[in-house]
Amino acid sequence: MDYTAIYVKSLRKSFRKRNGFFKASRLWALDGVSFEVRTGETYGLLGPNGSGKSSLIRILSTLLIADEGEVRLMGHSLPAEQEQVRRIIGRVSVDAAFYKKLSARENLLYTALLYGQKPSDAEKRAMKILERLGLEGTKFSTPLEEMSRGMQQKISIARALVINPPLLLLDEPTTGLDPKSRRDVQEFLEELRAREGTTILLTTHDMTEAERLCARIGFLAHGKLIAEGTASELKQRANAETLDDAFIKLTGEELDKKETPSGEDEAAEVFEEV
Amino acid sequence: MEQAIRQTWAFVFRGYHLTRRYISWVIVFNFYALVTSATVALIGVAAQDYQLTLTLVVGALLWNFMAVLYNEIAMSIAYERWEGTLEYTFMAPVSRLIHLTGISLFSLMNSIMQTVVVLVGLLLFTNLSLSGANLPGVFLVVAVSTVAFVGLGLMAAALPVMSPERGAEATHIFQGSLLLVSGVYYPVEILPKWMQLFSAISPATYTLSACRKLIGVGNPASTPGHLAGAPLSAVTHELLVLALMGAMIMPLGLWVFGRIETWAKRAGKLKRTG
Repeated sequence: MDYTAIYVKSLRKSFRKRNGFFKASRLWALDGVSFEVRTGETYGLLGPNGSGKSSLIRILSTLLIADEGEVRLMGHSLPAEQEQVRRIIGRVSVDAAFYKKLSARENLLYTALLYGQKPSDAEKRAMKILERLGLEGTKFSTPLEEMSRGMQQKISIARALVINPPLLLLDEPTTGLDPKSRRDVQEFLEELRAREGTTILLTTHDMTEAERLCARIGFLAHGKLIAEGTASELKQRANAETLDDAFIKLTGEELDKKETPSGEDEAAEVFEEV
Repeated sequence: MEQAIRQTWAFVFRGYHLTRRYISWVIVFNFYALVTSATVALIGVAAQDYQLTLTLVVGALLWNFMAVLYNEIAMSIAYERWEGTLEYTFMAPVSRLIHLTGISLFSLMNSIMQTVVVLVGLLLFTNLSLSGANLPGVFLVVAVSTVAFVGLGLMAAALPVMSPERGAEATHIFQGSLLLVSGVYYPVEILPKWMQLFSAISPATYTLSACRKLIGVGNPASTPGHLAGAPLSAVTHELLVLALMGAMIMPLGLWVFGRIETWAKRAGKLKRTG
């Protein structure tokens, strides 16, 4: 039996940067990235903006096609088996991307229908998730535009989980949340992994969060996976006291550089494919 | 099958609730469509020319129907980008056929609703009677031409996938060109010869021509009290051309959309922000 949930081998993705009308240069968003995540494991990817985290998540989400390399999710190869992959992944991005005029209930039911689920079953499941995340049931019919960022992000997590996916792709899910909401989400993710055995790939800037949630961590910089291991292994390898210091020593980069509100991979924002 | 129906219904569900939340805008758009159509029809009333009034009324009604249908489908991707939900829709396990069928179904409902509003308004403004018109024939022609218009909409919907801003602009340029060449308010024969080539490949040209014959426009036997609508056999040519166009444009639209989607995934264009 194959226990590998995510298999990424020699993954490369480049984008083209326009320099004037005729000139263009090439930038590698991902340059030979390889890693594996075991079923039921929480794996953290740490890196500053522009390091390639979001490009990687978007490739795994079937929204971006890599130039080279091999990607398999639960044994399904990308991009060839994207339909099967879409059935087994849930994704939470840094921006809670919803129909803001619609209520949480309407957004979640829309997602359930989109995945071919029975609305009544999906609604029950969503309610349980939202209660567990500390969101009062009375807010369920409120348009999302009237909700706080923390509430929206919790609904976003509920949306990813309403389809009961065995694999969760979390792209900075707690960025911008207040401490209580952040703790609620982290506790929920821990519980989810323990109870359901959900495999989680988490990208984050928050070293404490990474240490708390992730069994293993990979350091990503300039599109390359510089180092990976458990938090203590990484600290030991870098001879550092904290994971933050280990990151700086091993990658030569600050983790919080160039904060962008969208969290989108800046390479993908500015560059096009070569 | 049950799953495919739920997935198709997801887009109708979403469209219905968004319409509900944006109801004031829906009223404004319907009011504007009614006033624009009435303004055009009143040119015929002012000229005290019954046939001209009828020509303009049929043009206004059918253009309303076709333009709303085309526009709703063509702009569906641009709307998703503006809402920020594009990535979530495209990573759902929905085939593009079901996705676009769902969008088309809601667009069809929307365009029928707006056309009914305009029709009722025009009847109040112009005191026209539809007695004697071959209305079943008109419905058949409109139903057949709908397939071709959905196909055009699908092709145009792919443009905002390629280029968020330019694509949305191009869909409107294309819509305007159809209005110009299809003989909505005047016979296509008055257009420059080179432009008449485009009239010949516009499905709207045949829809309008057939519907005018079926309603009795241009028939000397038509009177304000009783129209002399032609039998269906009089529009066999138009019906065949429209059926052929639908059979070609619809699959072509799906194919074009699929190709552009794949290209967008390689180029990194399939993302929620422009």
